[in-house]
Amino acid sequence: MKIIVCVKQVPDTAATMSVDNGVISWGDAPLIINPWDEYAVEAALNLVADQGGDVTALCLGKEGETEAIKHALAMGADSAVMVSDPALKGADNLAVSKVLAAAIDKIGDADLVLFGQQSVDTDTGLLPIQVARNLGWPSLTLVSKFESLDPAGNKIQVLRTMEEGGQVVDSSLPAVVSITKDYGEPRYPSFMGIRKASRAEYPVWSLADLGIEPPSAAVSWPEVREPESKEIVTEIIEGDTPEEKAKNLVQKLIAEKVL
Amino acid sequence: MTKKILAYIDHFHGKVQPASWECLGVAAAMAGDTGGEAAALVLGEGVKELAESAFQYGADQVFLGDDPILKDFRPEPLADMVKKAAEEYQPDVILFPTTTRARTLAGMASVDLDSGVMVDVIALDWSGDEIVATRPIYAGKLLAKLVCSSTPQIITIRTRAFDKPEPDPARSGTITTLEVGLDSGEVPTSIASIQEKEAGVSLTDASIIVSGGRGVALNPNLEAPVDLDEEAAEIWKAQQGFALVKELADVLGAAVGASRAAVDAGYIEYDHQVGQTGKVVTPDLYVACGISGAIQHLAGMRSSKVIVAINKDPDAPIFNFARFGVVGDMHAILPPLTAELKAYLKS
Ligand SMILES: Cc1cc2nc3c(=O)[nH]c(=O)nc-3n(C[C@H](O)[C@H](O)[C@H](O)COP(=O)(O)OP(=O)(O)OC[C@H]3O[C@@H](n4cnc5c(N)ncnc54)[C@H](O)[C@@H]3O)c2cc1C
Ligand SMILES: Nc1ncnc2c1ncn2[C@@H]1O[C@H](COP(=O)(O)O)[C@@H](O)[C@H]1O
Repeated sequence: MKIIVCVKQVPDTAATMSVDNGVISWGDAPLIINPWDEYAVEAALNLVADQGGDVTALCLGKEGETEAIKHALAMGADSAVMVSDPALKGADNLAVSKVLAAAIDKIGDADLVLFGQQSVDTDTGLLPIQVARNLGWPSLTLVSKFESLDPAGNKIQVLRTMEEGGQVVDSSLPAVVSITKDYGEPRYPSFMGIRKASRAEYPVWSLADLGIEPPSAAVSWPEVREPESKEIVTEIIEGDTPEEKAKNLVQKLIAEKVL
Repeated sequence: MTKKILAYIDHFHGKVQPASWECLGVAAAMAGDTGGEAAALVLGEGVKELAESAFQYGADQVFLGDDPILKDFRPEPLADMVKKAAEEYQPDVILFPTTTRARTLAGMASVDLDSGVMVDVIALDWSGDEIVATRPIYAGKLLAKLVCSSTPQIITIRTRAFDKPEPDPARSGTITTLEVGLDSGEVPTSIASIQEKEAGVSLTDASIIVSGGRGVALNPNLEAPVDLDEEAAEIWKAQQGFALVKELADVLGAAVGASRAAVDAGYIEYDHQVGQTGKVVTPDLYVACGISGAIQHLAGMRSSKVIVAINKDPDAPIFNFARFGVVGDMHAILPPLTAELKAYLKS
């Protein structure tokens, strides 16, 4: 079985973000694999451990944005592909989805393409859906569990989450699946894994390598800013006993008209 | 410029997601200001009544796809219908609520109609030549203004970011039925079963949220039964703590939230997690009990109108973001707080 898992490099979630002259900055915060994507890598590794096969990590990014691929390889992915092209500057989701779909085509023969739920930087959660649609494959989003998988029979059954509960879905393969956090904790890379990943070589494909024109971007971001910092005056509720504090808090909440 | 707007009404077997009406409210406002028109799109099985109710919330006309094939959430046939509706109506803008289902359909529509998507938008300005959308990025640490140069513009709006329109029973209009013409053999997925959750107040829709963190398990005056091992004892204590959180939430008609630490420790299901890798919420009132206020948690709740923090550590960072702070043991404060509020809300 062949699984491709899409991973992205992002600034650490503990970073304080700022905007200097229109340029987004995360200070000296480290760069990491998008935390949601670790769950997707974990799922991919478990599936091939069960079924046999291999896992390829796929990342689109600027040259040098290797943190996500390195981490996926260190966790145990067998190989990786990076897609990088200066023409992708300013690409929107739809454009990126077309490029990822072309890369998945070029890698070829995938039974499953796994994604994280969403990126923690742009927070769109759209790529798994758009890539699936570009490929003409079913998109199984927000999956927390694989109920069964039969690559030979081209069948998969997954549990997908919705607001009202879970839905067990049967689907044909190949398919695109995005993984939620309640799939289960991702493993830590082993020491050996980290060493292997630091030496790993993998191809970097340009748009020409993929045989596609730079897709045009419809959505642009003319302005990014820091939100106005709300003036918060914190009032500490006084009281000698918990009961008194509770009473005083309720009086304040009534006055604040939030009940 | 006149705008024709198509608003997607998301529902589960006819039970509408509240954000759908907010979405239709935006569509009607945009139509009103631009001298345009708002249409609603209702897809499902046995959803004629739902389609009728869309007029009250501002639809000038409704497109209806009613067919067994559209009963359950299967994105492929639903997306085909969205495309069909767009081709028939030729909207300038398609609005979706940012629910799990509608986000999926918005993404598929962007590919099918080859147009950009602006997702999870919290503000829209249609006064100029272009529609300018505002959306939080980096879990709300930054705000971006977006514009889209393709048509139709596909926009998903964040739950509770826009007002729910007042229903006007006097409004009516025409329903256009869309030909479904799909057979189930062409659909690549089928639904084996559905596990419906107990209906509680959902985090994203809630106007009040009471959340618990690691502190729920740290009640200094509680001894776990002796036959439990260390891990089971911790979970047991956490359950007693969360019971207090739930009692307060019930009195307030609030949803129950949690920090990641509480979720990861197994105190409560992931569904309840608030924060950067959980749900981003904007209630009128957020009560954080035994939560320290890590940046990733703050990212998910700091836009709440009023934040109350209950924490035994006077230096906990959460106090810097709270309107009201109570320093003390949450297990001692929650019961009288619940009783006080119950008495007040009854009167
Ligand atoms: C990639 C990544 C993503 C993350 N995403 C999220 C996210 O989405 N949401 C999230 O919440 N976190 C997230 N985190 C985790 C975050 O960094 C914190 O670890 C977490 O929020 C801490 O939870 P907590 O406040 O419950 O626990 P702690 O930090 O342990 O705080 C417990 C608090 O309870 C107080 N307390 C203890 N006992 C009592 C008592 N009896 N009465 C009153 N107060 C008491 C303590 O004083 C303390 O302040 C993420 C981290 C990473 C690395
Ligand atoms: N540049 C990228 N390269 C590879 N995969 C990506 C990239 N950006 C996003 N993804 C994948 O798409 C998922 C959803 O991302 P998004 O739609 O950006 O929120 C992520 O969790 C990743 O699995």
